[in-house]
Amino acid sequence: MFVHLQGPYSFLFGRLTLAAIPYNNAIIQFAFVFAAIAALLVVAPVLYYRKIPYLFREWLTTVDHKKIGVMYIIVGLVMMFRGFFDGLMIRTQQVMADGPHSAGHLEAAHGYLPPSHFDQIYSSHGTIMIIFAATPILTGLGNIIVPLQIGARDMAFPTMNAISLWLTTVGAALIMASLFIGDFSTAGWVGLIPLTELDFSPSAGVDYWMWAIQISSVGTTLNAINVIATIITMRAPGMRWDRLPIFTWTTLSTSIIGLTSFPILGVALALLGADRYLGTHFYTAGLGGNLMLYTNLFWIWGHPEVYFLVLPAFGILSEVVPVFAEKPLFGYITMVAATFAIAGVSWLVWLHHFFTMGAGPKVNSFFSVATMAVGIPTGVKVFNWLFTLYRGRITFDTPMLWAAGALFLLLAGGLTGMMLAIPAINYMVHNSVFVVAHFHCMVLVIVYAIFAAVIFWFPKVFGFKLDERSGKWFFWCFTLGTLLVFTAMFGLGFMGETRRLDYLYDTDWFPALEIEEIGIGFYSLSCLLFGWMLFVSIRDRAKLKPVNDPWGKARTLEWLTRSPVPFYNFAVTPHVNTRDELTFRYLNHLSTEPDHFEAIHMPRNTPIPIIIGALAFGFGFGITWRIWWMTGLSLLGIIAVVIYRSFARDTGYHLSAEVMSQLEHEPPLGVIAESQFLSKRPLGGAGAH
Amino acid sequence: MTTQTLEPGKPPELWHYGAEAHDVIAAKTLGFWLYMLSDALIFAGIFAAYGVLDHSMNTAGGPGEAQIVHPIAAFWQTIAVLTSVFAYSVATVALKHNYRQLVVLGILAAMLFGAIFLALEMLDFADLFAHGATPQVSGFLSAYFLLIATHGLHMAFGMLWLFVMLIQVIRFGLTTPVVAQLLNLRLFWQFQAAIWVCVYVFVYLKGAI
Repeated sequence: MFVHLQGPYSFLFGRLTLAAIPYNNAIIQFAFVFAAIAALLVVAPVLYYRKIPYLFREWLTTVDHKKIGVMYIIVGLVMMFRGFFDGLMIRTQQVMADGPHSAGHLEAAHGYLPPSHFDQIYSSHGTIMIIFAATPILTGLGNIIVPLQIGARDMAFPTMNAISLWLTTVGAALIMASLFIGDFSTAGWVGLIPLTELDFSPSAGVDYWMWAIQISSVGTTLNAINVIATIITMRAPGMRWDRLPIFTWTTLSTSIIGLTSFPILGVALALLGADRYLGTHFYTAGLGGNLMLYTNLFWIWGHPEVYFLVLPAFGILSEVVPVFAEKPLFGYITMVAATFAIAGVSWLVWLHHFFTMGAGPKVNSFFSVATMAVGIPTGVKVFNWLFTLYRGRITFDTPMLWAAGALFLLLAGGLTGMMLAIPAINYMVHNSVFVVAHFHCMVLVIVYAIFAAVIFWFPKVFGFKLDERSGKWFFWCFTLGTLLVFTAMFGLGFMGETRRLDYLYDTDWFPALEIEEIGIGFYSLSCLLFGWMLFVSIRDRAKLKPVNDPWGKARTLEWLTRSPVPFYNFAVTPHVNTRDELTFRYLNHLSTEPDHFEAIHMPRNTPIPIIIGALAFGFGFGITWRIWWMTGLSLLGIIAVVIYRSFARDTGYHLSAEVMSQLEHEPPLGVIAESQFLSKRPLGGAGAH
Repeated sequence: MTTQTLEPGKPPELWHYGAEAHDVIAAKTLGFWLYMLSDALIFAGIFAAYGVLDHSMNTAGGPGEAQIVHPIAAFWQTIAVLTSVFAYSVATVALKHNYRQLVVLGILAAMLFGAIFLALEMLDFADLFAHGATPQVSGFLSAYFLLIATHGLHMAFGMLWLFVMLIQVIRFGLTTPVVAQLLNLRLFWQFQAAIWVCVYVFVYLKGAI
């Protein structure tokens, strides 16, 4: 039933042999030492301060949407660093391997990376940045902020929320495993077909890529269900649809996109999996396969995925801009309409990723016009932000700097996008680095919005602001890197440099490649500055004003509760009267704190999600190396755990009014207040019901 | 700015006291409808792949759809799956009247007809395999088997779920979490029947013409 494979195979280890571990590769050795030191820096303090029980009780088994969000963001930032390092290696290889006389180092004829290693690096760069960096960070931000913005106590399905997190983490872990055990796909993040077929990529690399994406996209789909159900059923009284904050609106639209597009990716990869494991002929070059079927299915997911990422970024900008302009958002209704217009059109543009397929002028014209139509709602959004800024009292705190930077990048990325929407131009620059520069401008809009959001909402979660001085250094250094790398890259695209080159033949490109390398140097510096910003902020946290509204002019509901936000979010559910509830209460001198408390009900922590995550890793690793016993047992294990959980009845606990009063008047110290300590300590009134 | 003025003589309500209105069944039902939407899209993607590969060009010299589909045999499968859904509907009506024995009986009957459906499908597959029509022969046969098997896999998971619910109904009685699950299972089971109707029309009937 399974396809016949070349090479050694054993029952116990499947295709995995000692030869799969590239211990003799200098670059992998460096990566291993680097990863080991980083892991040691994390694990050693945990062991030294004996924090494993704390870590397990408060974080690994948590169902608290804020802690889950924080873990999502940590996974995303770690992966973003890994993805950045891949980018650094790509840039360095290209500047070293320009022209026939360029020197070769290590095992490479030119530069320092042999072609197959270079191919793995750009494939993992794209896969990581889109699916394991941007997606988890934005999902994490939505997780933290959306329930707070709508006045909810948690997500609609808290346990499923944790399962989503661990499935995403498993995907990221598989990608990291591919670094040291075996190899990674060489077929680009899009999985160029038929290169991903078993005949052309016989190693486990494509399987790592495929299963990492497949497992994490199950997590993303579950999370989308959770977010939509939360926003529909868990809003506080008075939180009507026309009062919903824009970030919540965009997260809703994004979740609708996620829910409807990720299943298509699942199908695209499942058919590829059938080809690779069962020997079917969905995408093979012969025997009745159809290559473009894969490309179409992939981009039917791929394009909505871009808007899946950019819409929450737009939502973040819509939250940050009014706060630092001290004005209500201009054109609320049009902003919501534009959000859903973009989400709707996202389904009708996928073919613009391969105009060169040659579908003919009629098809190409339709997708060209549909693509340009995206510019209309996006333009509405940009003008809304500009009119919000117009005559506002603008202050350039760090989140506002990032938001302003995002607007400029949106302009550059958007206008080049309009150029690419014209098939005649697209044929000229297809697969050139002009396209790469264009979509990097767009994904950098997302990255800028992410940094704006992380800095803006950091005090909400942790109770102290990030240091402004080092934050601004970080911003300017990062922006300088962006300008140098991508301005040069637009030029190189017009000069004819195509994508994914491990060796460049034209020495005229060298100056521009050098500028890119200098830019990537500034990016590297900004990584250090980001670390420095975190270090300074944590060191000086006492000075960085732990107050409820750290920006002094916040507008929406999430700032009504304490910072750091307690595990129950709102001691008493707020009644919402207007769009910018906090500003409304400030201006009318209304109470921002309840005068008495009542008992509340909270979900209980559970190890089920992390157990499912561990089993999912066993499944992913087993099936990648075709270790069938491991795959089968893990899958049966997951089914058994889910059934076991469906029999659980006591999944929550109550906090009495006295405990609530005590908690509100003497808040426990620590980061996002420890949730389960109440059920462990005899504080009275707490515990199982 | 108009939203930020206060109406005179009417103090705004600021806090919401009183019982938290958590409708467990409503939230779970909505969540499950959303899950079914994603499941529907999985089938949409597979149907699209079948539509693309259901072409004489993609049979690669192997059998085409007219040679492999048996609308009469599949008709009995249709009857089995619809009867199974009917049996589960009887269980749902019994649920409304809090008649536990009939709920158990309905689930058992639904499982019986589900098993008949799966058995017929396996016989069909075994017959095709015996004639050398395997998924590895051509792009068309790959799409055919994947579409039918994906539906069959959903049916098998439905059977497992029916079995789990049987135990829960017997052990816990018709409590709120059990009822919420039973209602979601109804949605799942009826959806599989609806998908089968699409399969029957687009694969078996269209193929036989």
